Amino acid sequence: MIDWAWIGDHLDELAFRTIQHLYLAAIAVGVGFAISFGLAIWSIRRRAVYPPLAAIAGVLYTIPSLALFAALVPVTGLRSILTAEVPLVAYTILIFLRNIVAGFDSVPTDVLEAADGMGYTRGRRLWRVELPLAIPLVVAGIRLATVSTIGLVTVTGILGDGLGGLGFFLFEAYRHSFPTETLLGAIPLMILAVVVDVVLVRIQRRLTPWIQPTQPADDPEIATAAG
Amino acid sequence: MSLVEQTVTWLTDPANWQGAAGIPTRIGEHVVLAAIALALAVAVALPIGLLVGHTRRGAALAVNLANLGRALPTLALITIVLPVTAAFDKELGFKVYPTMIAMIVLGIPPILVNAYVGIAGVDPELVESARGMGLREAQVLGRVEVPIALPVLAGGIRSAASQIVATTTLGAIFGGVGLGRYLVEGLAQNDNGKIFGGVVLVAALCLATEGLFALIQARLVSPGLAAPARGWANRTQPGRPASA
Repeated sequence: MIDWAWIGDHLDELAFRTIQHLYLAAIAVGVGFAISFGLAIWSIRRRAVYPPLAAIAGVLYTIPSLALFAALVPVTGLRSILTAEVPLVAYTILIFLRNIVAGFDSVPTDVLEAADGMGYTRGRRLWRVELPLAIPLVVAGIRLATVSTIGLVTVTGILGDGLGGLGFFLFEAYRHSFPTETLLGAIPLMILAVVVDVVLVRIQRRLTPWIQPTQPADDPEIATAAG
Repeated sequence: MSLVEQTVTWLTDPANWQGAAGIPTRIGEHVVLAAIALALAVAVALPIGLLVGHTRRGAALAVNLANLGRALPTLALITIVLPVTAAFDKELGFKVYPTMIAMIVLGIPPILVNAYVGIAGVDPELVESARGMGLREAQVLGRVEVPIALPVLAGGIRSAASQIVATTTLGAIFGGVGLGRYLVEGLAQNDNGKIFGGVVLVAALCLATEGLFALIQARLVSPGLAAPARGWANRTQPGRPASA
């Protein structure tokens, strides 16, 4: 059933696709985080902009990934990395925006008042007081966005063999009716998602040593997923 | 022709509105597949979630299993299942079952987790007083816990519905039916009108599903709870609550 010799012959390819998968996901999570962080700060300063921003992000999030990739093909081209990254970034925004705003909202008012009373400027209070206290929810958002992006990167395989990361193997397996190749894509994919999640949890523990591991961080996940 | 013109031409071409690959047929396939998958996911997940929430037994196991289902990338799931179902049925084993199985597996976690969290979150004093009034366990669940937790339960079903409708689209990549076919064929044929027509239809269906279930959810709040429950329901509603 499983052709082990074939797998042995394709370990180079596996390494290449794993790295491609990671960088496609990393670009999306990085860019998505930067955009969302800006939008979140804007939302905190001006409450009125949050509902429309969240609504737009929510609509984008409801549209299936395949449709967003397809919609960009006539605009940015089939084999372009831009066609892959724009939807991947778009999907992270709702997750990040909600979690970053919720993170800042979770900072108790008396803490903010204490910081003001100590003479902190607005910017200094943001970086030195609010951000550290928001970290658990922000990291929860990063975990969710990263795991979901790792899944979605597979779909970019439809844009050509130059993209797709580990998803490339799934497309190849389907074209050649070759189940062994499915496993070469699917199993490393799941391992990748779990390992990245565990690493992010470790990082969060490092960043917030005042939180006991027995007390799990809040994880306000969101209603829909793009598949 | 501009992209908009191409899309409008494709969407208004009468030839695209009839036959086995016509828009009504594809919408029908999409909706029927998604509805069956949702019904099966509810049938599996709701009883387990209610039971776990009521008895508070096996919560960690149920929630962890549900999370595991969520970590599976959809495409991987479809391709893993495909050779197995194809061996059983030459026709449906390619076109329907792989996507269907993926949809059910992805639909279960939000329903199960919300059912569990919703029921377990009901004020224990209310449950105690219901028992004190002589209600049997099934009545406590059916008459007290479920009505109070209904917005949370409905939130889970709504998440599942959105996810299932989205997954049906993805199934088209590996030969599945439904509206996703237009996207896959449009990309393969380099037909921008078909691609964008498909995008418009898929987006409309997904947003309509989300809207419909949001409406149902809003109406489901028990009248006795309507006013005070609103803020609470809004907070708990987004799919997967804190303990997930």
